[in-house]
Amino acid sequence: MREFRYEQPPDVAGAVALVAGAPDGAFLGGGTNLVDLMKLGVATPDLLVDVRELTSREITDLPDGGVRIGAGVPNADLAADRRVRERFSVLAQALLAGASGQLRNRATTGGNLLQRTRCGYFTDVTKPCNKRLPGSGCGALEGVHRNHAILGQTLDGPGTCVATHPSDMAVAMLALDAVVRVLGPDGERAVPLAELHRLPGEDPSRDTTLRHGELITAIDLPPLGFPSRYRKARDRASFAFALVSVAAALRVEDGVVREARLALGGVAHTPWRALTAERALVGGPATEDAFAAAAAEELEAATPLRDNGFKVPLARNLVVRTLADLTEGSR
Amino acid sequence: MDTEITLRVDGAAHPLAVDTRTTLLDALRERLRNTSPKKGCDHGQCGACTVLLDGRRVNSCLVLAVTVGDAEVTTSDGLAADGQPHRLHRSFVEYDAFQCGYCTPGQVCSAAGVIEEARQGWPSAVTGDVTDEPDLTDAEIRERMSGNLCRCAAYANIVPAVAAVAQSEGVRR
Repeated sequence: MREFRYEQPPDVAGAVALVAGAPDGAFLGGGTNLVDLMKLGVATPDLLVDVRELTSREITDLPDGGVRIGAGVPNADLAADRRVRERFSVLAQALLAGASGQLRNRATTGGNLLQRTRCGYFTDVTKPCNKRLPGSGCGALEGVHRNHAILGQTLDGPGTCVATHPSDMAVAMLALDAVVRVLGPDGERAVPLAELHRLPGEDPSRDTTLRHGELITAIDLPPLGFPSRYRKARDRASFAFALVSVAAALRVEDGVVREARLALGGVAHTPWRALTAERALVGGPATEDAFAAAAAEELEAATPLRDNGFKVPLARNLVVRTLADLTEGSR
Repeated sequence: MDTEITLRVDGAAHPLAVDTRTTLLDALRERLRNTSPKKGCDHGQCGACTVLLDGRRVNSCLVLAVTVGDAEVTTSDGLAADGQPHRLHRSFVEYDAFQCGYCTPGQVCSAAGVIEEARQGWPSAVTGDVTDEPDLTDAEIRERMSGNLCRCAAYANIVPAVAAVAQSEGVRR
C-alpha cells in the first residue's frame, strides 16, 4: 500500500479544501471499499481525509414528506430507520440485500454511491483494464464476464468497458428519484442521482460526474406515496452481488397503471433507470403480459456478451415478478 | 507515516504509534498481541476478523487503526468477564459449533452483534415485511450470520448455538 497522510479536519468545508488541493487525495467514509482497493494497489491516494464523522449521520424529515439522509449514515442505520421501512420499503430491502451485517454497520450512504465496480480485471493490477489504467484494454470483453453488463457498454475502442455498478442501494434510490447534495470548492449543488453515475463512453475511468474535491453531503428522497419493492437474483442466497436486481414502485387504480418507477441493477456501468419500460407501463393494464412486454421493450437495447446472455431473460422475469408482487399489494 | 493513537481494547487503553496504513486487525494482532480476531481473507469477505466497535460488529481488517479514535473495541476475548466465558462462548462449546476454531472468535462477535440488532428490531433480507420487528428464527440467524464463513462448515451447529442464546436473551420465541 502506498504511504498516505491522514487528516481529520474540523468541518466539511475544510475536508473539501484539503482534497481539492491534493491531486492524489481522497475522502474516506467507512472505508469498506476504499481500504480494500488500497490493499490491492488499485487505489493509491497519498492523502486520506476522513469524513465519516464529519458528514451528517442524521435522517431528517423534509417539509414535502420526503427525507434527507446524511452522507455519513451507516447503511445498517438507514435500513433500520422506521420512516425508510414504512415509506420507502424498496430502499430498506435493497440495503438489506447487500453486503453483510458487519459491512453495513461501517459503510456509509455517500460511500455506497461511490463504490467501484467489482469486475475482477479492475481489482487485479496484473490485468488490463481501461477503468483502472486507461488505454490498457479490457480483459473482461473476451474473458470472464458472466456477471458483466448487458446495456450501455463500450464495446470497442480505447474506452472499452463492460463493468457493472455494484450497489443495491443506488438502484433503489434511482427508482425513488433521489437527489444528491454535493459540496465542492465552488459551493453547493444538487445533482439528480440519474446524473451522478455515467456510462463508460470514451472514459471508463470516471464512474461519476463529480469533480475532484466534490463531497457528497446528503441524499434527498422526495415522497413516494405508493408501494415499492426490491428483488435481487444472485448466485448464492446471501452476501453476494446482484446478477440482476429490480427496484420498482407502482401505483395501480382500477387495474390500470397510473405511475411506474423501474430501475435495474447488475446490468450496466450505472444503476439503470428503465424509462422505456416505465413509458410502456403507464396507462396500460396491470397484467403480467403487459409487464413482460414493457420489460422486453426496455431490453431490446441489450447487447449481451458471449457468456451473460442469461441476464436478458433474467431481467425480464424479475421485472414481471416484482411488478406482479406490487400489483398484488404486497410490500 | 507514523501517527500517535490510543486504542481502547477490551477495557484497557493502549497508546501506540502506528503507520497510517495499519488496519485495526493488524494493530490488535501484531502490536497489542491480541490474537483473538483472526486474519482470514483480509478483504472483508470472511468475517474472521469481526470485532465490536462501540458495540457494533465490523470487519477489523477494513478499519484503519487511525480512524478508531475513542471508540471501544471489544474482541471475543473481551466478551469474557472476570475470567468466565461469555454465554455465547459456552453455547458454541455446548453445541459443538466449531471444528478448527479459526473463525470462531469472529462468529462469536458477530453473533453478539446479531442479538443486539434483533433487540433493536432491525429487519433482515429474509424478513417478509421490513416494517416487522422479526423473531430470530433459524432463517433469520442464517441470513444475519452470512458475513462469517466457516471452512469446516460447522454452520449446522452454529445456528442452534446462536439460537439458544437468542432465546435466553428474549429475541427468539
